[in-house]
Amino acid sequence: MNLFELIRISIRALKANKLRSILTMLGIIIGVAAVIAMVGIGNGATANITNQIKGLGSNLLIVTPSQTNSGGVKGAAGSSNTLVMNDLQKIQTNSPAVKMVAPFVSTNTQVVYGSGNTSTSIAGTTDAYAQIRNVTLARGRFITSDDVNSYTRVAVVGPSVVQNLMGDANAEIIGKTIKLKNIPFLVVGVTASQGTSGMTNNDDVVYIPITTAQDRLIGNKYLRQIFIEATSADMMTTAQDQVTNALRSSHNLQTSKANDFTITNQADILATMENVTKTLTMLLGGIAAISLLVGGIGIMNIMLVSVTERTREIGIRKAIGAKGKDILAQFLIEAVVLSILGGGIGILIGWGGSILAGKALSMATSVSMTSVFLAFGFSAGIGILFGVFPAKKAASMDPIDALRYE
Amino acid sequence: MISLKGITKIYATGDIQVAALRGVDLQVDEGEFVAITGPSGSGKSTMMNILGCLDRPTAGEYFLDGADVARATGNELAIIRNQKIGFVFQGFNLLPRTTALENVELPMLYAGVPAKERRDRAIHSLESVGLGDRVHHRPKELSGGQQQRVAIARALVTQPAIILADEPTGNLDTRSSIEVMAIFQKVHQEGNTILIITHEPEIVQYTRRVIYFRDGSVKEDDKVENPRDAALDIQKMNVAI
Repeated sequence: MNLFELIRISIRALKANKLRSILTMLGIIIGVAAVIAMVGIGNGATANITNQIKGLGSNLLIVTPSQTNSGGVKGAAGSSNTLVMNDLQKIQTNSPAVKMVAPFVSTNTQVVYGSGNTSTSIAGTTDAYAQIRNVTLARGRFITSDDVNSYTRVAVVGPSVVQNLMGDANAEIIGKTIKLKNIPFLVVGVTASQGTSGMTNNDDVVYIPITTAQDRLIGNKYLRQIFIEATSADMMTTAQDQVTNALRSSHNLQTSKANDFTITNQADILATMENVTKTLTMLLGGIAAISLLVGGIGIMNIMLVSVTERTREIGIRKAIGAKGKDILAQFLIEAVVLSILGGGIGILIGWGGSILAGKALSMATSVSMTSVFLAFGFSAGIGILFGVFPAKKAASMDPIDALRYE
Repeated sequence: MISLKGITKIYATGDIQVAALRGVDLQVDEGEFVAITGPSGSGKSTMMNILGCLDRPTAGEYFLDGADVARATGNELAIIRNQKIGFVFQGFNLLPRTTALENVELPMLYAGVPAKERRDRAIHSLESVGLGDRVHHRPKELSGGQQQRVAIARALVTQPAIILADEPTGNLDTRSSIEVMAIFQKVHQEGNTILIITHEPEIVQYTRRVIYFRDGSVKEDDKVENPRDAALDIQKMNVAI
């Protein structure tokens, strides 16, 4: 009897007992759906975090001063004052792997416009910052080197600031004067919305020239951070070394002394993050795979029970002329059909579940085709593996005993 | 058609050996209608299993329609059951949750008959037992007598050499029993060879030859005197009501 007929017999037998077939498939459906959904969510989380890190800029190195140490009492990270504007010079002259450098200071203060006011973060920096940190303008212009050199009082605001001051993020604010700590600043630009990354709202900020910031708002010459863009991804480590040397020289550090600064390498962070999320994804997938295994055992259980319950039927089929291998094939195909069908349904549910979870977590999830093929192959394999034993049991039944079975 | 010589079947349970059949010799020609009867434990069920190629004799020869069956392998026996034997059981033994049509198609499925031919022959077979209007009914929607008729249709559909019925009326009331015997008689008239195992003397009356078994061997082998006509008996029952 050809394969097609065998499959027809098996499907007919499964349809004759719809409830039992569905309950048997349940294990595989849940297992596969879990694997697909978990991997999809895991992939989505990985991509989400990676994008957030990449959104900070490309090939980024961030230099921060290290902690203060007053008589053994360490202050907060970044609390000491070791970075100055001269460092920038030293870095740029001695580091061919460095493409651009931007200094950074910040403070919180009240911003007033007319009857509106808001407390926000003031960022003092140079023109290079916009390129390094991927800040784009919605209207107007960013800070220029002239602004920095001339200590001009110009400001570039984020859309949240416009919203908070004027009630409408699209209101015309360019050309108007806002007051920072009662000092008037002319608004020359509005940034495009960048959204929130982690805890920081990138749209709730006012950019002013660093020189003006240090002089008028902060009162000292120290830098909170130096942002550096390397020439390319391969040059990140070289750039890091060059910057370290330049800073040590600029700070007159002897060889025995430790760095009084810390360099954070975006590529390292990215790699670590990717590793972590990949491990988590594999862990989730592994746990889900165990449930798939349980689903397979469930199939075997039901097939064994089914074989015992259908002893009479097996006897009839054999009396009518079914050979041992016909019975073996029938039960094996039933198991495989159940597991493949369950696998297919599980993939659809897992896919849907992954999309729903993405919406709930406001994160894009991506179901990988690899996991789909793996899950499918796995379920077919499980059907065969766990179906063989019951099928053999059925095939070896003695028809006379089988026909006598109550 | 059937030739048995010295058929012996011994069951060994532990140390005890039970001889269910002791050296049975039997000849059945084509077109005969035979009843095999005897008390329980006489060996008639064992005889049925060996005749039906469900079991192999411990010793002896069995030729069925020219084929040497006693020495056939498991798979060969399955093929012989499929093509040369039509079974009718006391408990009907239809596949539940499966239509009458699908039940009757089953033997042809295992014989590799293509779908259209299968369907046509199954419908024809069901019509010949008077169930042409119930082909899509499932066993639980049919009466006992109707289920047995489906079983007979299934037994006939492969055009077997012999039809073997094991207490075919055992689970039926009197009227259904006679209706089933009427069908067997009709099938016999069409030229089929039929063997019925039964312990009911009334049923024996509808056959043509009766073989008595006792203690594992044939005690008597007679022609049935004044066999009854089942169809006639049904008509009488109809008039009487």
